[in-house]
Amino acid sequence: MTVGILDVDLCGPSIPRMLSVGHTDVHQCDSGWVPVYTDAQKSLALMSIVVWRGPKKTALIGQFVSDVAWGELDVLLVDTPPGTSDEHLAVLENLKKHRVDGAVLVTTPQAVSTGDVRREITFCKKTGVRILGIIENMSGFVCPHCSECSNIFSKGGGEELAKLTGSVFLGSVPLDPQLSSSIEEGKDFIQSFPDSATFSAISSISQTLLNSLQMT
Amino acid sequence: MADVPDNAPEHCPGTTSEQAGKSASCQGCPNQKLCASGATKAPDPAIAEIGAKLSTVKHKILVLSGKGGVGKSTFSAHLAHALASDSTKEVALLDVDICGPSIPRIMGLEGEQVHQSGSGWSPVYVDDNLAVMSIGFLLSSPDDAVIWRGPKKNGMIKQFLRDVDWGELDYLIVDTPPGTSDEHLSIVQYLSSTHVDGAIIITTPQEVSLQDVRKEIRFCQKVKLPIIGVVENMSGFVCPKCKNTSQIFPPSSGGAEQMCADLNLPLLGKVPLDPRIARSCDEGRSFLNEVPDSPAAEVYRRIVQSIQDYCSNRVTEEQSTT
Repeated sequence: MTVGILDVDLCGPSIPRMLSVGHTDVHQCDSGWVPVYTDAQKSLALMSIVVWRGPKKTALIGQFVSDVAWGELDVLLVDTPPGTSDEHLAVLENLKKHRVDGAVLVTTPQAVSTGDVRREITFCKKTGVRILGIIENMSGFVCPHCSECSNIFSKGGGEELAKLTGSVFLGSVPLDPQLSSSIEEGKDFIQSFPDSATFSAISSISQTLLNSLQMT
Repeated sequence: MADVPDNAPEHCPGTTSEQAGKSASCQGCPNQKLCASGATKAPDPAIAEIGAKLSTVKHKILVLSGKGGVGKSTFSAHLAHALASDSTKEVALLDVDICGPSIPRIMGLEGEQVHQSGSGWSPVYVDDNLAVMSIGFLLSSPDDAVIWRGPKKNGMIKQFLRDVDWGELDYLIVDTPPGTSDEHLSIVQYLSSTHVDGAIIITTPQEVSLQDVRKEIRFCQKVKLPIIGVVENMSGFVCPKCKNTSQIFPPSSGGAEQMCADLNLPLLGKVPLDPRIARSCDEGRSFLNEVPDSPAAEVYRRIVQSIQDYCSNRVTEEQSTT
């Protein structure tokens, strides 16, 4: 399966570091900008970017969507910044002519987080974006020394939010220092720690998503 | 003219933007000619009005981060609580996170509404000496989404600064959304005829967070906003059972400590993770009151003291130079 990631968090683009493609220049070819590939097999393509006001961000996102030579992709994932503003509207406007399968919403368990995600759900409903489901991140921490589970960011908010809003609860991903380290170093966590509980959580979530996209 | 006038089309770039009158969305707008002539790019009179309005505010502190989810709102709220614990001080907290206003919940003010009087909008009071303003108070439902582009958000921020009846304040704390965009540019612009004591930068230990925070620091330097210091949140977790420490968000590049050393900035403190912080915020209570003996609360108190010292030293310096 070939996947593309479009990072439209223009002010805080984290994806390049997480995928270990930090300081790469973007080139242009006849069909547009060439995305950055994370591997020789070109199975994962990336396009990402700062102190800009809304209209400038909107224009760049438009270019990212239309002018990048993504090639044939099975899935294009778009990572967005927090909020319901220019970047989100720009992505939707530019993807209008293509089919947007839907949105996955990520929350942490606390009410302070689900409080904002409720508004994001409204944004999706108002803009006609299908909600594929809710993921609860940072869902508990199992101490590597004694296996005691601590609910550092509270508990259960993601599932409650899904029930409250009639959305699918896709699953929880625990806090995992190994995941954080992998991301810091731009390593593929799934290759490095295939036996971890975190890997099975992420695996199960992506399987559910692929099923809902009818891609299995 | 208002940044986004009432009769403007849907994607109005804002009357003071470079695109004013020239963008595709300006076609057909009755203000197009005026905007294109450059007349609307004259300094916004609101800047001087805000300067006058905030002349009764002794200290203004911005809380910034390049990254989302690092604990800015948590920090802003508890800084406000801590400063207001001195009943002789008047403190206010302004939430300019227009899309994700968390402050009402964290301050235990969910469901409260803003009132208007002859002297402007009244902020909502937590205590006699602690006032709060947020767009959250203007929304009628917890599901309401504020789907606004930059210029409209800027207009709201201007109103918060110009039209709220803050009164005499010792401290005005401004909580911001993550990033370096409209809200940040606007707050700095609208406060440009007042004196802002400085910014507190919040980060977590990982490089993924620090790389965005460095951008925030460059932003502050570019707009000449002094940086009071950096706070590292989520700095380690002590297991309540076995008391071992885990670095859940690893400081792979040396954390805020290394960044501050590299950039010659004060590191105000490193706040450990504590599940009771999230719980207090969800319940709208100050964890400084709920668990005053926790290691996190101790670090917070030291950080607040540094901020108070910084602000008093600024006053002393000003007095000695006049």
